[in-house]
Amino acid sequence: MNEQEFRTCSVTGLKVHLPAEKLIKANTITAVIFIAIGGLAALGAAFTRWPAFHILPAEWFYRVLTAHGLDMLIVWVIFFEVAALYIGSAVLLNSRLAAPTVGWISYFLMLGGAVLTNIMVLSGKADVLFTSYPPLMAHPFYYTGIILFAVGALIGVFLFFATLYKARKEKTYTAQSFPLVTFGLFAAAAIATTTLLHGAGIYIPTLLWSLGLTGMDPSAYRLVWWALGHASQQINVCAMISIWYLIGALSVGMKPINEKLCRTAFVLYILFINVASEHHLLVDPVFSNAHKIWNTGYIMHLAVLASMIHALAVPAGMEVALRKQGYTKGLFEWFKMAPWGNPAFSGAILSIFMFGFLGGITGVTFGTEQINITAHNTWRITGHFHGTVVGGTTMAFMAVTYYILPLIFRREVWAMKLAKIQPWLFGVGITLVSGGMMLAGAYGVPRRHWDIVNFGGSPFAFSWDPTVYMWIGVFGIGAILAALGGIAYVVVTLGTVMYGKKLA
Amino acid sequence: MSLTAPERVWWKPIDREEKIWLILALVWMIFTFSMMPLWHVMGKQNPSSESYKVTPERFSALADEFISKYQVRDENNAPVSINGFAVVHPPAGSDIFLVAKAWNFDPILELEKNKTYRLHLSSLDFQHGFSIYPMNINFMAIPGQDYVLTIKPTTSGEFSILCNEYCGLGHHTMVGKLIVK
Repeated sequence: MNEQEFRTCSVTGLKVHLPAEKLIKANTITAVIFIAIGGLAALGAAFTRWPAFHILPAEWFYRVLTAHGLDMLIVWVIFFEVAALYIGSAVLLNSRLAAPTVGWISYFLMLGGAVLTNIMVLSGKADVLFTSYPPLMAHPFYYTGIILFAVGALIGVFLFFATLYKARKEKTYTAQSFPLVTFGLFAAAAIATTTLLHGAGIYIPTLLWSLGLTGMDPSAYRLVWWALGHASQQINVCAMISIWYLIGALSVGMKPINEKLCRTAFVLYILFINVASEHHLLVDPVFSNAHKIWNTGYIMHLAVLASMIHALAVPAGMEVALRKQGYTKGLFEWFKMAPWGNPAFSGAILSIFMFGFLGGITGVTFGTEQINITAHNTWRITGHFHGTVVGGTTMAFMAVTYYILPLIFRREVWAMKLAKIQPWLFGVGITLVSGGMMLAGAYGVPRRHWDIVNFGGSPFAFSWDPTVYMWIGVFGIGAILAALGGIAYVVVTLGTVMYGKKLA
Repeated sequence: MSLTAPERVWWKPIDREEKIWLILALVWMIFTFSMMPLWHVMGKQNPSSESYKVTPERFSALADEFISKYQVRDENNAPVSINGFAVVHPPAGSDIFLVAKAWNFDPILELEKNKTYRLHLSSLDFQHGFSIYPMNINFMAIPGQDYVLTIKPTTSGEFSILCNEYCGLGHHTMVGKLIVK
């Protein structure tokens, strides 16, 4: 092992492989740039859906909505996850990254794919929205871009597995088992492998279809596409929960209350989450009721059980750690005295609350057969996944950035005051966005709709229960707050990288 | 710490508090899971699983035949339409057709309260959503699939049908009408 390629972290004592560090930096910065682009698209979409403003023409609304979905749900999240995978393997195990060159191949494939897809969307050649349901057809380069991105991501995932293998072979860590964070990321990577293979299983036939070479069955597309579309959210869940454990360890010295329980929960995710993606097809033709109930009932609830385990284990671990620090008065002194001034900690707590109460509970209920009849394709669905993937995953990724900056970039967080309010701005904003969407959606307001007031001049236009407009107002105010929180995040991160005081 | 490797033997018994939580969670999961099939039997409103493969041409022909057979006629025996869409009054209990296509729903169905119908729903082009306002009932209309929904309207009045699946740049103009007498 070439010792010159390593430095020792002064905070954690871990050995950091410098080529791995470079890749972590590149993936993180790229993720932040894409959340900025996706955020700009979010503003365009939000101020168009808010009837008081309605700023964009129809075609641009659908275009920015496509870009928003792609850049947030795919590009920002997966670039960040690849960075997290390199942290979880090379850094936490004191190991070298198995093949940094392969890491750069993965990075440039992902970047190239993301740029190509964005160009196709913004030039109006892919007005198909994120799901690109056939027979809506985009330019073949749109599907090519996504395939390139997915191949790049899959290479990153394999590099993670290879690094785990290397670390074990070179005995860079002493114990028998991986740390829990690495184990959680391993679950994320395992799910990512099957998910990305499903991605290939749907995007390659769709590319061939867009080239006129094959036919396409719209129902079959929905089945396979959602095995990608929903399972990919389970990568996010595993990565997010691993990050909760990581932030808990760094901020309050938390230990998993029971390794067996926490690890078993991650295994439940791997085993049971994939088929549960069929809750997207509950009001579709083709599938039988028995099929729908089996896949979204029994199987899904075992994955939900995993979330219930983490819902106890993470806060309980934090409580135990804080009580050990001496905050033992009454039931809640530990909660009061927790390091709220640390944006990573407050962000993680907000992420836990939003994921559980906004995203999780609504997801489980909307995923039942009968409730789905009143939720499918309404704004309730959009509200639900803004609770999980934005309130949960994105919030957790933002929070952990406040550790990546000093520990990986070795820069003191610049504009700390702004950083301290950032999680609250973003968290409160997303809570209102998600709540506003769900409450308006409960009246039947559709998702992905440019004009719910005049219906583009349709002779059958109708008017909504006026309460709807109040909830859209709540959504709009939330969107402004969330945008401010998002801007604060991008400013603090890029500001730190450029101007933050260098740490030893 | 979750950042460092655990001690050698970490497969340890679960503490009392965790056990209580785990059992509560498990019981709750079993309950919510059991509700899914149970509600399917006990509940009054379930998604249909009756569907048939159909080509858009065939479905369009069936719908046209249905419309010309049951279109409402005024006192001069002239066919009635609203905004260019035929108003159709099928006999109670019959098979009725609704065509979703970019960007309208055809025809305007006039149904009788508390009568049961077999609604055939399909799309001739893209994937569309079928959403009834203000009831907020949502189903998918997918090309190539004849989705049969057994429906019994229990409220009279005029209802709007809204497409809630993105179907191209005119998606937001896709609104239809349903009348219950």
